[in-house]
Amino acid sequence: MSMNNQGRPTRSEDVRIQDIGTKGANATFTGNRALILEEKLIFESGSIDRTGVDLPDIPDAKSRLGGLERSETIGLPGLSESETVRHYTRLSRFNYGIDLGFFPLGSCTMKHNPRLNEKMARLPGFADIHPLQPQESVQGAYQVIDELATWLKTLTGMPAIAMSPKAGAHGELCGILAIRSALEARGDAREVILVPESAHGTNPATAAFAGYKVEDIPATKEGRVDLDALVARLGPDVAGVMITNPNTCGLFERDMKKISDAVHDAGGFVYCDGANFNAIVGKVRPGDLGIDAMHINLHKTFSTPHGGGGPGSGPVVFSAALEPFAPLPFVEKQGDTYKLVEEENAEEHHAQSFGRMVAFHGQMGMFTRALTYMLSHGGDGLKQVSEDAVLNANYILRSLEDVLDAPFAPSGYCMHEALFSDKGFAEGFTTLDIAKGLIDEGFHPMTMYFPLVVHGAMLIEPTETESKEAIDEFVGALRHIVAAAKSGDAKLKAAPHHAPRRRLDETLAARKPVLVYKETQDAV
Amino acid sequence: MRYLPLTPDDRTAMLAKIGADTVDDLFTDVPAEARLTGPIHDLPGHASEMAVERHMHGLAGKNLVAGDMPFFLGAGAYRHHVPSSVDHLIQRGEFLTAYTPYQPEIAQGTLQVLFEFQTQVARLFGCDVANASMYDGSTACWEAIVMARRITRRKKALLSSGLHPHYVSVANSMAHFTGDELQSAVPELSVDTDIADLIETVDGDTSCVVVQYPDILGRMDDLTALAAKTQEAGALLIAVVTEPVALGAIKSPGEMGADIVVGEGQSIGVGLQFGGPYVGLFACKQKYVRQMPGRLCGETVDAEGRRGFVLTLSTREQHIRREKATSNICTNSGLCALAFSIHMTLLGERGLRDLAQLNHAKAIVAADRLSQIEGVNILNKSFFNEFTVILPVNAREAVHELASRSILGGVSLGRLYPQEDALSHAMLVTVTETCTDEDVDALVSALGEILP
Repeated sequence: MSMNNQGRPTRSEDVRIQDIGTKGANATFTGNRALILEEKLIFESGSIDRTGVDLPDIPDAKSRLGGLERSETIGLPGLSESETVRHYTRLSRFNYGIDLGFFPLGSCTMKHNPRLNEKMARLPGFADIHPLQPQESVQGAYQVIDELATWLKTLTGMPAIAMSPKAGAHGELCGILAIRSALEARGDAREVILVPESAHGTNPATAAFAGYKVEDIPATKEGRVDLDALVARLGPDVAGVMITNPNTCGLFERDMKKISDAVHDAGGFVYCDGANFNAIVGKVRPGDLGIDAMHINLHKTFSTPHGGGGPGSGPVVFSAALEPFAPLPFVEKQGDTYKLVEEENAEEHHAQSFGRMVAFHGQMGMFTRALTYMLSHGGDGLKQVSEDAVLNANYILRSLEDVLDAPFAPSGYCMHEALFSDKGFAEGFTTLDIAKGLIDEGFHPMTMYFPLVVHGAMLIEPTETESKEAIDEFVGALRHIVAAAKSGDAKLKAAPHHAPRRRLDETLAARKPVLVYKETQDAV
Repeated sequence: MRYLPLTPDDRTAMLAKIGADTVDDLFTDVPAEARLTGPIHDLPGHASEMAVERHMHGLAGKNLVAGDMPFFLGAGAYRHHVPSSVDHLIQRGEFLTAYTPYQPEIAQGTLQVLFEFQTQVARLFGCDVANASMYDGSTACWEAIVMARRITRRKKALLSSGLHPHYVSVANSMAHFTGDELQSAVPELSVDTDIADLIETVDGDTSCVVVQYPDILGRMDDLTALAAKTQEAGALLIAVVTEPVALGAIKSPGEMGADIVVGEGQSIGVGLQFGGPYVGLFACKQKYVRQMPGRLCGETVDAEGRRGFVLTLSTREQHIRREKATSNICTNSGLCALAFSIHMTLLGERGLRDLAQLNHAKAIVAADRLSQIEGVNILNKSFFNEFTVILPVNAREAVHELASRSILGGVSLGRLYPQEDALSHAMLVTVTETCTDEDVDALVSALGEILP
């Protein structure tokens, strides 16, 4: 079997194993299975002459398209409304979501998404306003941004914030560009950003995108940044460090303040990846740890939906040292009025801003949801959130460490997520098999093969919105699956058996990419 | 607290299992001097649904709502009618509360939607392939410039003066750090676009020419000659579409030879939402697919030979390539892409074409009405649903005057180009299917009152 150095199978033959599912005794004529119905592509079922929208009559007017009329068929099939509802309803049933069950995806904070958030975001006063409306006509929208900003600054203990970044990685870019601007402003052309080897892939990608060289910092045996190695590497060429805290091993960086002090003493800045902020809200403020910039994933910590892969939202809090360099635009309260500081008036008191990162003001629809969530919890509830999230994770750690290798458990408690390795599985059995086994048992798998510092990593983040019963059920199932992996049970190797699809051939997809539908493909 | 299921007994039992006395013990890795004990200061306590609704309603009520009054704003964000079933379907928990489809066996719903979305976008733009979406149009535009640099190994990008100023601003902010050299200009109030200038200027050092279609002033031109000249110089033509509904009526940029076509997909399926979240569209020629940023969904088979879909070509992406990735992007705009795809499916080709004709015809009628007001001129000879109106007064002030009469009348160029006196009397007016004849009457009569 071929694997990468984290033990993830990379070849398709690994998944082409004896069949137990739909071709056997349980097969149906249609491929449908009771409540799970196969669904064609719209390009196979729709027609360019069919529509699910009735429009009013088109007034008579002579075209002014300047001779650019589109004459060729575009090839966009339509469905009636009834067919459309059915198409997407059927497809939805091929998806796992938080609404369905336990979704312990480490580092992703898949907590319950309250429906009040959705309702509030859809109020016409938020959903049906244009970003370029006269400022006096959108004071309530600016107030949402300002109130959310105040909550985030208070919770992080940081004096300034940029609200416009569109997602976590975009927030990272925002923070790193502010750091580069601050260094440029003092004529300091540093070239290197240090990133721990356990960092999420976006960290090095972001630093490189911003024009920096990236160097790895090793981890200690306890899964934390090696302080001595980091301090030894600091120098006049180091612009800063990007550190995730709590880190991707689910541990709090005990030396964070020492790291910050050392980096500052060496003339650099500290970027904190706030992906795991859910563990520490109300328990410690990043501002008290010497952080200069940190993004906050509203779609993790503050419950805005992940939506099958976005849209996210990644506001960035700043220290006083970086505040002057924060991007445009932002909202400022002047007396009883909210004003937008943008290109036009930035010269007056924000002349050092590095500029604009997005059109308009950022993810307003996520701001209303996150603010609704915060108001619902209040300061007391948010603190309880972190405590329960950490309690749940430690409960999982202690409930599984007798059957799964937990490399960092001996060093103490974890934060919001528990990390295990694939040590002790039977020959040929991997973390991927555990994940696929969980699918059959009705759970979404944990994060697998991340962080890279642990072989066959399994990162389990329950969040605070899971009950003890739900966790006990998951732990019970996982213990059975681990036993199967240790004994070399062939059935597990072929899992999932009960999902809408069996293991998919990723190698084929990459070798011969088919990225769009072509009508001729079946005929070939 | 309604979202937290643990009871005090649960917590006690769990702490016993863990072997900790109190929950605070779990936080001992946090240095004592930084650890917070007691309540968070300066924040209110938890609140009932009713209380939160009251607060949020209060804030929402302070805004003028587009649907409550005559509304003519555009400039990169457009108000179209979104069918009810779109919002119903995107709120199904299986879509709303799913994660990125990294476990494809239980994410075929999201993946098939992305495959269909990619095909719809590619066809709409006249390109071979499209990705699974970007943050928005402005960031998609910058990523396209970076992609052209990677392909051509040149650093000079020519930006049309007709490119949305926020898009220019985003590119300028980024280029400052990446070392890309951008040439851009402020648009002139001329009937013609700057395509002739771009054809003149493109040279052997140019990585790409970026042109918006229709442009910020609503003008549009055939891109064929520009594409040919650009490619002859070894550069790429990037077309930017901020109003994709237009492509139901006018030729696609791909058809005219554009190498990369990016856009803002908000018009279709996604409401105004004060500027976000929106959905960036990104398509290109097949030969450039491995240089594309962002997620891609591809077709494959499962272990029983059944068709299925997976995220693919991930060797371009940050989680594999880390600092060598094509972009740091780690997400798409999944739920907005879903909304776009559902709305496009409801429209179908016939619906899209009718919708586009309806927008165009209504805009013509409105432009003709406005041009009859004394002192008011329409700049454009050709346009789709958005055109530039020249007023005899400062347009920014006129927009405020109109707002005070409960008419959201347009976007003044003074708002977009505050430093440019030459543009201060101009206003962009957009007319979509949501504008009624009465709305146009109201705008015409209010302008009549405001103007000298």
